[in-house]
Amino acid sequence: MTPDTWDLVQEAFWPLLRGTLVGTIPLALISMALALNLALGVAMARLYGPRPVQWLARAYVSIIRGTPLLVQLFIVFYGLPSIGIRIDPWPSAVIALSLNVAGYAAEIIRAAVQSVPKGQWEAAYTVGMNRRLTLQRIILPQAVRVSVPPLSNSFISLVKDTSLTSLILVTEMFREAQEVAAASGEFMTLYVMAAVYYWVVCLALSAGQSRLETRLERHVAH
Amino acid sequence: MSHTDPSAPVVLQATGLRKSFGDLEVLRSIDLTVRKGEVVALIGPSGSGKTTVLRSLNGLEVPDGGTIAVGEDLELDFSHPVADVHRYALRDRSAMVFQAHNLFPHKTVLQNVVEGPTVVQKVPRDQAVAEARALLERVGLADKEDVHPHQLSGGQQQRVGIVRALALKPELLLFDEPTSALDPELVGEVLGVMKQLATEGWTMVVVTHELQFARQVADEVVFMDGGVIVERGAPAAFFTAPAHERTRQFLDRLLNPLG
Repeated sequence: MTPDTWDLVQEAFWPLLRGTLVGTIPLALISMALALNLALGVAMARLYGPRPVQWLARAYVSIIRGTPLLVQLFIVFYGLPSIGIRIDPWPSAVIALSLNVAGYAAEIIRAAVQSVPKGQWEAAYTVGMNRRLTLQRIILPQAVRVSVPPLSNSFISLVKDTSLTSLILVTEMFREAQEVAAASGEFMTLYVMAAVYYWVVCLALSAGQSRLETRLERHVAH
Repeated sequence: MSHTDPSAPVVLQATGLRKSFGDLEVLRSIDLTVRKGEVVALIGPSGSGKTTVLRSLNGLEVPDGGTIAVGEDLELDFSHPVADVHRYALRDRSAMVFQAHNLFPHKTVLQNVVEGPTVVQKVPRDQAVAEARALLERVGLADKEDVHPHQLSGGQQQRVGIVRALALKPELLLFDEPTSALDPELVGEVLGVMKQLATEGWTMVVVTHELQFARQVADEVVFMDGGVIVERGAPAAFFTAPAHERTRQFLDRLLNPLG
């Protein structure tokens, strides 16, 4: 590493960190929180809704999973203005990311709910609960435990996917890296730096995931 | 040890229960009367329909025909479609103990027991907890209230399952092969609790393969095969002089499995 490169790394350190802390991480957290709520609704609609609602939920999941995230981002940010809906980069990114993750998370939650043994429903029914109470108090708490590992993977993917929002002008970490790279011409240095930043964030998340899993694994029905 | 008064009020009356799964007729026409304080043992080969009878009594299966009456004021006629709310009413009258205990794994022993009383029956929490503790103490699990089900042995889990049913104060206790999933050395502790309940006067319908239990504890033994009741009677007569060939064969297979 030449002294010049070292200087550049030091110079870019803070802008990239700032991009991570005020862009990448909040973008991922907010989108994930919204996505989980939406996904729960979609999963319930898919499992227990009336026929047409089930059909809508399936269509939603199918469209989201069958189209690239980049295309979804472009439709929200560049496409909607042509029908008169203009949304700023940040909210556009949150909308597209959460709709996207919700499509995957809905399937994860649905599978988790279905993995809870039938005997749990029956036991809840025999103590007098209706379907709603059973879901709320018996089934979903167990489904949550089952869905933590796959949902954690979705979250880690989401963190990396926020880099795509640089293409709709969101100032997150990768955007910062692109700007420094363009100004200095040191593309390799800056993009490797960006890669290291993502990797460090994902390492921390993986560690958090393992801890959460061991905590939750204790009381699962087999 | 028949202790039932023939004039005791009828707790459960089922008549003409029919049920098919697709082309398979699992119940052809089942009549069952259980009086207060009576213990009825339902025995029979697997696939005979005995578990389906029990599940129908709790509204977990919907019969295709026949009637179920519990107490004096609840009667369901399944020859017409029965609204879910009416079928659910069966669960306010009876409680079920499952073969695989089906305890709630994410809740402690105490939480498992008070779940029904507090959430469904709206019993004040302090009262529900006090009653749950008294019941747990009676089955020898007073020191286990804060552990989770997977930390218990199979026999302990099933005793908690029984306590969870008792806590609902049902008129009728239903047992679906409560010892079939247990290691042999754990069967006794569960049967012991059930025997104690019988002497306390609980009304019970027990699907079981434990002939000794049926013989010692039941007031009536009902033998089912192929979706019908083949034979019924007081245990003394039933076990010593079964009237039907099918009953004899079944008893013989259970008592001398090696032939």
